[in-house]
Amino acid sequence: MKIAADSPPVLSALDRPNSYIGRSVPRPDLERLLQGRGSFVSDMALPRMLHAAFARSPHAHARILRIDREAARAMPGVVAVVTGAELARVVTPWVGTLSHLAGIKSAPQHAIAVERACWQGEAVCAVAAHTRAEAEDAVDLLRIDYEELPAVTDAETALDPATPVIHPALGDNLTFERRLAAGDPDRGFAEADEVIEATFVFGRHTGATLEPRAILADWNEGEKRLTVYQGTQAPHMTQGVFAKHLGLAERQVRVLTKDVGGSFGIKVHIYADEMATVALAKLLKRPVKFVADRLESFLTDIHARDHRVRAKIGVARDGAIAAIEIDDLTGIGPYSVYPRTSGIEANQVVNLTGSWYACPNYRARARVVMQNKNVMSQYRAVGHPIATAVTEGLVDLAARRLGLDPIAIRRRNLVADDAYPWTSPSGLKFEKLSQHAALDRLLAMMRYEDLRASQAELRRRGVWRGIGIASFVELTNPSAAFYGVGGARISSQDGATLKLDAQGGLWVYSGVTEQGQGAGAVMAQVAASAFGVPLERVRVVLGDTDMTPYGGGTWGSRAAGIGGEAAWQAGKALRHNVLEIAASILQATPEALDIRGGIVVDRDGGAERLSLEEVARILYFRPDTLPPGFQAEPMATRHYVPRQWPFAFTTGHQASWLELDPETGLVTLLKHWCVEDCGTIVNPLLVEEQIRGGVVQGIGAALYEHCLYDEKGQLQNGSMAGYLVPLAAEMPDIEIGHVVSPTADSELGAKGAGEAGTAGAPAAIMNALNDALAPLGAAPLTDMPFTPAKILAALGRG
Amino acid sequence: MDREEHEVALTINGEAVRERVAARTSLVDFLRERLGLTGSHVGCEEGVCGACTVRLGGRIVRGCLVFAVQCEGARVETVEGLSDSGEIADLQENFRRRNALQCGFCTPGMLLAAQELLARGGVSSRAEIRAHFSGNYCRCTGYEAIIDAVEATAFARAATGAKR
Repeated sequence: MKIAADSPPVLSALDRPNSYIGRSVPRPDLERLLQGRGSFVSDMALPRMLHAAFARSPHAHARILRIDREAARAMPGVVAVVTGAELARVVTPWVGTLSHLAGIKSAPQHAIAVERACWQGEAVCAVAAHTRAEAEDAVDLLRIDYEELPAVTDAETALDPATPVIHPALGDNLTFERRLAAGDPDRGFAEADEVIEATFVFGRHTGATLEPRAILADWNEGEKRLTVYQGTQAPHMTQGVFAKHLGLAERQVRVLTKDVGGSFGIKVHIYADEMATVALAKLLKRPVKFVADRLESFLTDIHARDHRVRAKIGVARDGAIAAIEIDDLTGIGPYSVYPRTSGIEANQVVNLTGSWYACPNYRARARVVMQNKNVMSQYRAVGHPIATAVTEGLVDLAARRLGLDPIAIRRRNLVADDAYPWTSPSGLKFEKLSQHAALDRLLAMMRYEDLRASQAELRRRGVWRGIGIASFVELTNPSAAFYGVGGARISSQDGATLKLDAQGGLWVYSGVTEQGQGAGAVMAQVAASAFGVPLERVRVVLGDTDMTPYGGGTWGSRAAGIGGEAAWQAGKALRHNVLEIAASILQATPEALDIRGGIVVDRDGGAERLSLEEVARILYFRPDTLPPGFQAEPMATRHYVPRQWPFAFTTGHQASWLELDPETGLVTLLKHWCVEDCGTIVNPLLVEEQIRGGVVQGIGAALYEHCLYDEKGQLQNGSMAGYLVPLAAEMPDIEIGHVVSPTADSELGAKGAGEAGTAGAPAAIMNALNDALAPLGAAPLTDMPFTPAKILAALGRG
Repeated sequence: MDREEHEVALTINGEAVRERVAARTSLVDFLRERLGLTGSHVGCEEGVCGACTVRLGGRIVRGCLVFAVQCEGARVETVEGLSDSGEIADLQENFRRRNALQCGFCTPGMLLAAQELLARGGVSSRAEIRAHFSGNYCRCTGYEAIIDAVEATAFARAATGAKR
């Protein structure tokens, strides 16, 4: 079994005796999950709880003419059958726009469709019954008459004058457009020795979290309070949204996340059926639970990607990039998703493409168009997989045209490691990247030269293997520049409250949340290290808006970098407070003392003076023995938000080694490597597992995952059997390496690590596949997912 | 919408259970909703994802593809039972140390599937272990940690001659 070495790190500013920073200690919260004793929202039941089920539009676009509820209402167990118009009196509609995405527009979206359904699967009527089965029985008896309307299902023609406008009040189907020009792209292309063009396509896919979306809402009419158990990444955000749209104060709303069975960005958005469930609870004055079934997940969990990027690169004969140009068209659903919008991903594609190369000449256009398909929004590594595959695909095509090795052309163009800080053509500010050092590390790990020799040898024997390299950057630790400046009530700051309990234990309350990444473990490690107690004494509380400091939650690779710094600073503050108490007991000065291993010791020499249990006993039960006028403060709270840098960019490279069977079009993944620089590593094991899981999700996008719609807007594969995800047998072992460049924005120096794997893997797979195809005379494939049928077609065997 | 109910008597984690259930109730819904054994999860309800894996008569089955009424007289074991008996304690410890779970939703099914492979004895190759999990989806880990933890358990059991 490979477990990263659990050894204390080298001395640094973070070094404290018994530090857990940099140690691969197991997560403290795994035992209950391993025993089947977790508590997921889908597991929960409350007294008088009802179950919601929804009638959903079978059409991509249809007017709702009539809903006959009589038979449904008469069914056993049914308590209420509620239409969109009725629910609109409880919950107001919303519009998914942000002011910093200039010109973005969308239409009001209701919890349940009113008059018109705009995608197949949009809820049109709700049933609340004693059991889910009874609710579904009643849904089957609803008689709903529709007038089918023309459906917009092709992004390429969504803006044509002949295409119907989904929301006539908006004037057209264009949600958002952004244009950018930097440097002198025309001159760059004119002066280039070679100009290579390609069109890259990224299929629609989705998160397929293993636990579907789940919510249990309870309205206490006596207390006038809403309690919502919700599998969400951002409980303070949803608290604010529930309050706003139900006409409540935020103090009337409590959101608890419980255990969350996978998220990946799926569970960071506002979903109409979840708003409907909350509104039903308020309407019916009792708990109402909704858990999406798998078909509902495929029809209503946000979909992701769906980009078509026409791209062009100009290069000099020596490989120097002269200019890059992209034109991105992305097809979303009929509404921009609330409150993060459906425009951020295309915006990110514009920002990120080519940004890690030292070429100033760049032109980009991105258009986001509405369609009568399921809604689309931010999913793990937002925009990065597209920007990375386009950039790295272009670079590989250029290398091939010029007869350069893929490593050589990257070496020629990557921003020098000593050139930072660096501003990209799109204006991204990079504090410190380590592209060249990371590339050195990658080449050593994968034995690049040996692998090339092996590849050449195997080709002579008719074995077709490919090596694919992908360099990337990843946006982490987002400041208010991401959402807050656009008017969204999404916190970029986060807080941590630490408490010394009456036995000398340490409680950590943090605004970040846990969906399996290990955020709780990271908070525990950081707080234990800063304060000075063994990990076993730490209890972490997350995901409860009544208890935790206000925070953003866990998304955008922010938990360790932002929540971790708040915990670090709170740990230092509480240590100071507790040493003041200890000093007053010991008649010493706080500066002469420290807390190590749960014991107050002399800072110099480390002699043990007083246990934390004893400090706690005195401060809580015998404060009369403390000096007159001294008030002990056994809690400390600190908040943190990055201020010097809008984002803490990480960097790295991935490589794929795969084998292609030209007879079947099947791809066998032999090995995958990733070198990443995420700054200070709090827990190497958790960072590496985030990268591995992320890589595999990126492989899914490259090879398997695709939400297939027909021309009428009907999803063709809304089941786990029809929608292919990576399985154990098809996945390679993934080797991870690190370069460490801490951010100076925080004392902890941690950047995020949750999305890098997904950012770079599709590009690495694509480049490896095309490397394997090249000697077979096939044109490069740029249309993900790369199915066996597409590969055979490229080989002329389709 | 068959509401016909039947009485079913079976043994769950060693405990005798007698209940009336609707004919359409799946075994996993019966375990979760009637008995409160929520360790077995529902991921797809069509026998694909493996999150509902339980042991029926000594063999693993999909809890969503078996009706509770089919289990008359049967012996059913879930992750809670295997945990309390200590049967998979070493496997669970290797999962914990190797971080072979993230959200933990697939984990009970993974553990039951792994234990079936391990109970055959010997040490399977990594490819064989990977193939064994062809019916268990994990969206978080990328699988490598799970394979590592199962492999480590197999080696340890082989070294101690433990047959469980």
